[in-house]
Amino acid sequence: MKTLQEAQAEVVEDFSMYDEWLDKYEYLIDLGRRLEPFPESLKTDDRLIKGCQSRVWLDTTVEEGRLVFRADSDAIITKGIISLLIGVYSGRSAREIAEDDFSFVDRLGLRENLSPTRANGLASMIETIRATAQKHC
Amino acid sequence: MTRVEKIRQEFPELGETVYGKPLVYLDNAATSQRPLSVIRKWTELSTKYNANLHRAVHHLAAVATEEFEATRDAVQRYLNAESREEIIFTSGATASINLVAYSYGDAFIHKGDEIVVCEAEHHSNLVPWQLLCERKGAVLKVWRVDEQGRPDLSALPALLSSRTKLVCVAHISNVLGLVNPVSEIVRICHERGCPVLVDGAQGIVHERVDVREMGCDFYAFSGHKVYAAPGTGVLYGRREWLEQMPPFMAGGEMIGTVRWAGSTFAPLPQKFEAGTQNMAGTPTLRPALEMAEALRDPAVVAEGERAKSFIISELHAISGLRLYGETERLEEKIPLFSFSVEHCHHEDLALILDKMGVAVRSGQMCAEPLMDRFGVTGMLRASFAPYNTFAEAEYFIKSLHRAIQMLRG
Repeated sequence: MKTLQEAQAEVVEDFSMYDEWLDKYEYLIDLGRRLEPFPESLKTDDRLIKGCQSRVWLDTTVEEGRLVFRADSDAIITKGIISLLIGVYSGRSAREIAEDDFSFVDRLGLRENLSPTRANGLASMIETIRATAQKHC
Repeated sequence: MTRVEKIRQEFPELGETVYGKPLVYLDNAATSQRPLSVIRKWTELSTKYNANLHRAVHHLAAVATEEFEATRDAVQRYLNAESREEIIFTSGATASINLVAYSYGDAFIHKGDEIVVCEAEHHSNLVPWQLLCERKGAVLKVWRVDEQGRPDLSALPALLSSRTKLVCVAHISNVLGLVNPVSEIVRICHERGCPVLVDGAQGIVHERVDVREMGCDFYAFSGHKVYAAPGTGVLYGRREWLEQMPPFMAGGEMIGTVRWAGSTFAPLPQKFEAGTQNMAGTPTLRPALEMAEALRDPAVVAEGERAKSFIISELHAISGLRLYGETERLEEKIPLFSFSVEHCHHEDLALILDKMGVAVRSGQMCAEPLMDRFGVTGMLRASFAPYNTFAEAEYFIKSLHRAIQMLRG
């Protein structure tokens, strides 16, 4: 498995290949589409990430001491964003996630390119992943 | 250059670009852009005549007060109100409605009384009534809308009783863009002795408002949606009500005399204008309403009507698109289009359109009960102002096609 830093660098590189924001959205839409199906039964209120404009569910299980994230959203770009995040963090130890500074998100330039309400949604996703990891430390 | 293009030059923001593309601003129902005449008035009063109103004898205060009070006259004429005392300046439609909810509510609403609110209302014309009913133990009755979002006139009489103390309805829904038959609503309500408050936040932009002809008891609107500075607004209230209503907020110019044993209050309209007023902002209502009048130019109206018909027929042609607030009588619909597209989330559409330079709104549009009525979590809304062009309508439709294509893959 790639280290956390390697996985982050790879995502940043992939994302920077597109100059145009419409192309970046195409990339996120594609990521969203390829996300593994999320069981309807897991779409419960306690899995909803608060603070997002669209509905985003995050499910966490612990497998062999590692956190496995699954997610879904009813908006495809948002689904692409959460997919990108769990692609980086899923399958890692709670401690490794909790100790990360999540600064790779800034290197993506996502925050600046989302409207403030959506940027808040992104912040909520990050915070939920961080808080979940801390809880499992 | 067409008439619209000429007028657009008065609006600096409309000439801006976003992400290197010309801005196509279609979120006018949220707030309109402002013309230079408004910006100039605002700047002039902020840089040359900044003084508190009504109090001091010095020159600056005199000019500022004159500007403020002349604006009251202008608004009175624009609305065709009977007297200038019926025009109360507020910070916006929300503040105007809350003023009525507290002051009229305090004087006239008692336990067991009823307030009727239309199902399609903006939260600002819904939650104040909900809170009032909770405070007073009154009953909130919902006037349901049909599948197009239109309030059913025939259902209204049955909703009214001797306990009905107020009926609250929008002139034009901010979600559906349908012009409600307010004069008819007022007639039905008045026949049964029920006063009517009209939320004119959208109405003031798109309709010629004559409060005496309409007959309403209260008419509320915001300045910022009709080209004026933000933080400005108007409450029109019929004098007989305003005279009987107690002050809402206290302090500042609204007092008569103040003694420890008690205070008396200023006559209308100051009675309802507590605290320091928006002395640079409120006078921008005057050039703003002049702009609203200028935008009623026949050539501008004709281009707007053409754009409206074009958009409706183009939206109908998109498979899986559901347009809300449909009507066969196009004159009853303003160029405001809320819709949802199958397999495309409204937020995704808005994000992609934004990157193409098109500013639209996505979400619940401050009307959650109406979203529930239609069984959706939100909609996409493109709201045009009279200054939007036919070319912008075409670009919007082209961009929408591209966005849908991206999302459907």
